Amino acid sequence: MQTRALAATLAATLVLATASASTQDSPTQSPEPDRPASQPSSVILEVTGEAGLPPRYAVPDFVALSGDPATQEAAKTMGQVLWDDLAFEREFYMIPRNTYASIPIPRRISDIQLDRWREVGADGLVVGTVEKTDSGLRVEVRLLGVKGGQTAFSREYTGSAANPRFYAHTIADDIHMEQRRLPGVARTKLTFSSDRDRTRASGTVENREIKEVYISDYDGANQRRVTATRALNITPTWSPDGRAIAYTSYRSGFPDVLISLIYQGKLERPTGGRSQNWLPAWSPDGTRIVFTSNRDGNPELYVMDRDGSGVRRITNHPAIDTTPTWSPTGREIAFTSDRSGTPQIYIAEATGLNVRRITSGSYCDRPTWSPAPHNELAYVCKTGPGYDVFLYSFARGEAQRITQGEGSNESPTFAPTGRHLAFTSTRAGRSHIFTVGRDGIGMRQVTTAGNNYTPDWSK
Amino acid sequence: MTTRSTAARAVTLLLLVLLAAACGKKEPPVARPMPPPPPDTAEVQPPPEPPAPVQEPTDVPFEPEDPIASGSIDDINRNSPLQPVFYTLDSAEIDGSGQQALQHNAEVLKRYSSWQITIEGHADERGTAEYNLALGERRAVSARNYLISLGISADRVKTVSYGKEFPFDPGHNEEAWSKNRRAHFVVTGK
Repeated sequence: MQTRALAATLAATLVLATASASTQDSPTQSPEPDRPASQPSSVILEVTGEAGLPPRYAVPDFVALSGDPATQEAAKTMGQVLWDDLAFEREFYMIPRNTYASIPIPRRISDIQLDRWREVGADGLVVGTVEKTDSGLRVEVRLLGVKGGQTAFSREYTGSAANPRFYAHTIADDIHMEQRRLPGVARTKLTFSSDRDRTRASGTVENREIKEVYISDYDGANQRRVTATRALNITPTWSPDGRAIAYTSYRSGFPDVLISLIYQGKLERPTGGRSQNWLPAWSPDGTRIVFTSNRDGNPELYVMDRDGSGVRRITNHPAIDTTPTWSPTGREIAFTSDRSGTPQIYIAEATGLNVRRITSGSYCDRPTWSPAPHNELAYVCKTGPGYDVFLYSFARGEAQRITQGEGSNESPTFAPTGRHLAFTSTRAGRSHIFTVGRDGIGMRQVTTAGNNYTPDWSK
Repeated sequence: MTTRSTAARAVTLLLLVLLAAACGKKEPPVARPMPPPPPDTAEVQPPPEPPAPVQEPTDVPFEPEDPIASGSIDDINRNSPLQPVFYTLDSAEIDGSGQQALQHNAEVLKRYSSWQITIEGHADERGTAEYNLALGERRAVSARNYLISLGISADRVKTVSYGKEFPFDPGHNEEAWSKNRRAHFVVTGK
């Protein structure tokens, strides 16, 4: 009963998320801000900065055209979230919002005093209005070039009032695409496991605190629990279409790979639940899953079709082979093996042939392959009492350290653009999810409750 | 007709029994030659003494009342006669004290031959979450193989790895870590 109720709630509350999971807009998702086809957008203009410098952007609060508190709040939220989304990609220099908090924003865009915005050094100004409608909200946004007052970007969005942040995320992705030809990640999501509920495992003698699978927006907003089994549920990973999460569940008393169709409330058990199976990873086309299993007596890697058929063993070594990840082409797999005596990162063809060692640290694990066009592998190696995240470039044949020994840093995962990584760190005390640029700059803490582990970024 | 004759037969039988009893009473005098009768009056008790051996059988119920065997599975696991096996860092090798623990456990499992067990493999927090799942499995399997080599049937022993998910000691020092690198034995059926 409880599970069913939760599934229903989840399905109801996640309709927005469904839409966001794919970067393509789906016309059937009514709550998603629709993009009227008739709306002309003059994208010819690019807001530029001083020679050699990124353009400086200001994003004040949006203006609420309706007087009700919810719309007022939504307008404030959209301005802040849009600023954060644009700052995340570091394509623009984002002027701190408190430096222009006192500049009034008129209800009509033609009334904007551009002089005031030139004074704070803005090259681009993003202004928006939010109006309550019978069915939800109408949001109008413009990007103005402050120097000439021209409109570089103009768009109208309508949809549900349930999640104002989603409008800001959509606008951020649109601005990045139009101004920078960059597919933004503002509507992507994270999944991870967390012990925040402090739930005790059922059916064991000891008091054991279990973990459940959570999802959240890429920035940590809208965190929601996906599993509710009073068992250990760990290592979640998004299907490439963003509609399912495969994870390791102990609900039967031993680790097994489950697939949760999170928007349908359905659960699939592709392995049939006979042996121990853990750490699933999707192939880039979503048709296959590689995972670790002890079914032949030793931790080895296996590939199966998504429905559990066609299982093939791809490693064959008395050492441990585990923690697999696919290359973006699906032709290769990276994994961890202790065949040299300590855990190290290896790559092989997806058939298991041509095994090649990548790392030579003291203890390395959790490889994750960057999306194209970046030709990189992220993983962690022990660097002291804890671990740090490294990026190995296949082109250069060498690794670069991304974190610098603050706390222990584990379980990296790439944003779908390959420009950012999410990982866990104990730098703030407990184990939390952080995101950072692939150059190690722009650290952001995503979770604040409980301990959080093994993040995966939606594709 | 038959009833009547049966009744008559019963009466005859009763008379015979009474007669025999009367005759029997006459026999003790025959035994009189035996020397000291007077103190015997008190010693008529000795015959009941055999009840002493009768008390011995009360020892038999003692075994079924073995607190270990009669408890619930939760009780057994709460106060388990099965000893954990401890490991060194990043290793699944069983050292001398681990072998002793497993020999002890094999004896226990032979005594309670109906018990089914699961060996949980655990790791300390210093390894990664992902790799520790495999390491824990390795530890559980090495303990299982040792038990099997001591004659415990393979189908009585399952394994499960919890990696570093369920530490026994939440501390962050060697004392805690050494407790958390373990194979832990759980009775799952009896």
